[in-house]
Amino acid sequence: MLRKLFKFHGGVKPQTNKTQSTTAAIAAVPLPDRLVIPLHQAVGGHPRPLVQPGEHVLKGQRIGGADGNLSSAVHASTSGIVRDVAQAVMPHTSGLTTLSVIIEPDGEDRWCELEKVNYRSTPPDELRDFLRDAGVVGLGGAVFPSYAKLKPGKEGKLKTLVINGAECEPFITCDDMLMRERASDMLKGIVAMRYMLQAEEVLIGIEDNKPEAVASVQAAIRASGETGIEAVAIPTRYPAGGAKQLIRVLTGIEVPHGRRSTDFGVQCFNVGTAFSIFEALEHGRPLISRLVTVAGNVTAPRNYDVLIGTPMDHLVRLAGPRPDTDRYIMGGPMMGVRMPGFDVPVVKATNCVLVGSPALFPAPPPEMPCIRCGECAKACPADLAPFEMYWFSRSKNFGKAQEYHLFDCIECGCCSFVCPSHIPLVDYFRFSKSEIWSREREKESSDGARDRFEFKNFRQEREKQEKAEKLAAKAAATREKVATEGAATPAAADGEAAPKPKPSATDAKRALIEAAMEKARQQKAQVAPKNTDHLAPDVEADIAAIDARRNAAPARAADTPDA
Amino acid sequence: MNNSPFVRKAASVQSVMLQVLLALVPAIAAYVWFFGAGILVQLAIASAAALAGEAAMLAIRGKPKALFLTDLSAVVTAWLIALTFPPIAPWWLTVTGTLLAVVVVKQLYGGLGQNPFNPAMAAFCLMIVAYPALMSQWPAAGQLDFKTQLDLIFGGLRQVDAITGATPLDALRTALRSAASPDSQLHGLRTNQLMDGPAFGLLGGKGSEWIALGYLVGGLWLIRQRIITWHIPAAFCGALFASALLLWGMRPDAFASPLFHLASGGAMLGAFFILTDPVSGATTPRGKLLFAAGAAIFTYVIRSFGAFPDGVAFATLLMNILVPLIDMKTQAPVFGHKKD
Repeated sequence: MLRKLFKFHGGVKPQTNKTQSTTAAIAAVPLPDRLVIPLHQAVGGHPRPLVQPGEHVLKGQRIGGADGNLSSAVHASTSGIVRDVAQAVMPHTSGLTTLSVIIEPDGEDRWCELEKVNYRSTPPDELRDFLRDAGVVGLGGAVFPSYAKLKPGKEGKLKTLVINGAECEPFITCDDMLMRERASDMLKGIVAMRYMLQAEEVLIGIEDNKPEAVASVQAAIRASGETGIEAVAIPTRYPAGGAKQLIRVLTGIEVPHGRRSTDFGVQCFNVGTAFSIFEALEHGRPLISRLVTVAGNVTAPRNYDVLIGTPMDHLVRLAGPRPDTDRYIMGGPMMGVRMPGFDVPVVKATNCVLVGSPALFPAPPPEMPCIRCGECAKACPADLAPFEMYWFSRSKNFGKAQEYHLFDCIECGCCSFVCPSHIPLVDYFRFSKSEIWSREREKESSDGARDRFEFKNFRQEREKQEKAEKLAAKAAATREKVATEGAATPAAADGEAAPKPKPSATDAKRALIEAAMEKARQQKAQVAPKNTDHLAPDVEADIAAIDARRNAAPARAADTPDA
Repeated sequence: MNNSPFVRKAASVQSVMLQVLLALVPAIAAYVWFFGAGILVQLAIASAAALAGEAAMLAIRGKPKALFLTDLSAVVTAWLIALTFPPIAPWWLTVTGTLLAVVVVKQLYGGLGQNPFNPAMAAFCLMIVAYPALMSQWPAAGQLDFKTQLDLIFGGLRQVDAITGATPLDALRTALRSAASPDSQLHGLRTNQLMDGPAFGLLGGKGSEWIALGYLVGGLWLIRQRIITWHIPAAFCGALFASALLLWGMRPDAFASPLFHLASGGAMLGAFFILTDPVSGATTPRGKLLFAAGAAIFTYVIRSFGAFPDGVAFATLLMNILVPLIDMKTQAPVFGHKKD
């Protein structure tokens, strides 16, 4: 392998603890008594529920519809009865609840009718809609809807498609096992993605502590006869599996915070995502299950193919948790989050259920003051100076913290990992970020309120002025009219005593009113068609008919004088 | 309850400080070999004073005593003071210096990690201004036996002027200055001739150059252990060498050679142990280079043209003042914002 690799700054080498869970093949999980499927599992809009309590659903049936610009559908993981659509605790440290569909399996595990699609003959827009409705999201942990990432950049094509099989977090081996056991299917998913992105080359980055996975993927590439796809072993160093770090290692490109990687000709997907894209396109199966590593304080660490919604304790029971288990962590020990309970469901973001105990993950020693040793800066893969951001976060000097690039922090945990003073640096940065966000929200809402208030004052002032001007103009016009008519009347006054100025005044008023109404109608006409753009031809025809009727109506109204 | 990461590297302030202490051992061994065991007494006095001062201040400030006394940072300060003060300084001088360092310069500024100035160097500067005579009396290598040293330290013997002299740095400077004057009997002598006395060794002072070598060895080990980085020692030695080379190259009869400057006084101690103090020093790679180079230039100027025997301590304090500015102006570009 002679490909030139690049280095990212910093990184750490925690004990990997990966061999324990790779001795046995991926196993299936018996159906649990109930599945709790949160509707909001991915980045973006909250899917709306499509089922009612009491309804019978089939495996793969959509139960949550994608909503909004960025959203992803959710499906029933097995056939059964919907027991409830209610709030349930979600797998997040906060312990907050989210709207979830609770399904009691009927044991038949019967699929609904599945719709397949040929990616080569389907327009890309339809393919993206298809993947959105299949609920395919990034399985590396970020759960970003994949369809939204399957768009090439401005140039219409991509230089490099990066497939992330680095799996740098200790304990987690689900991507490793996927590459070992399902490499050829995964590869078909990658080929489809390459087609959608019009990518020139595909690089599959795998940390070199997974030689079996590298060999398996390389064998699959050879067997497929595909060219331009390469499996690259990269040095094992956490967080090499961070999308930005992997892109850097494989291509040398650094994608700055807040920029799209497609602007730089690169896009990155997890290997698990590639496999679920294959499942969706080839078999029509939506994303209803994923591989989950169960590791840590268990007697038999292993990988399982788990239905989304399976309670974590149901899954962990299979691996034999030890009695001193005190917590579940979703994800790895570096970035994972502590679960609020044992029965929270496995979701699309669950790559690992790490079983913890006080002995395995002891509480950190007491926090000491920062001695500015700079270890954190040496370890930071984003080239930040965490100890400086720590000072500013601690003193709540958030402006300065942002000047030192707080938002470039990827919260990988390297700084906390190396700190000799045992300072929970990442916690300080999470705190600062959320404080800044909430202040920005507050500022936005107060800015909005102020803008609305100021606009209201302005509008009232303007209306007052316009009214006064109108009145003045009318008064002037009337005066003029009266004056001219008055000038005319004296001549006629000699003859006829009956004066005509009164009706003429009412005429002027009517003319004014009619002019105003006409103006209002025009304005209305200008505003109205906006929401009728881009419609199907039949709908447009309907609208044309309605418009015709509407146009006829004012004409009638104009007939009646006192309208 | 804590958040991720749930695993941590086995690192602690204590282990960092312990490695610094270990790195001082080669130099201490050379010190004992050439100058006698008096230095060990000084190390013990300073350590005891530092821990006592730290404990009292922690009690007053309501901080956990066990946690901060065992972090060994006070002991590091104490050892640096003992190693920079004359080995025959009376005990109260060492105690006063150490207490000033720990109580005033460190704890009154907020304790561990909060002091803007290097405590040991601040104490050295205060004491040399307050007690210039006592702070400038250095025995020659092998001159005093242990009993005489003990007597001098604990006040039995006060006839110091007769038995001690200046440091080699001081001696050479004085000699060079008199050599420059036409009335002196040293007039016209070259540096190497001036260094032909019993006080001088191969490169610097007799004996003290071996201590400097001990600091170099310990310091290189600290770099290997990744406790310090190469930036500060390299920039300090480089800039000191370059400054000395410039003037020595122009007037070899009036200025000491670059190697003499590197091997004498506090140069090696400063390069590897003093300026590398992370709390009071610069932290960015570029900042470290600037910081150490600045300290080297100040050191050279004070040594060559100042009134004090050595310039490392004053140079360190001067550069400590500049650290916030240096750090602010030398922040490296972050991921994705580099211009390469």
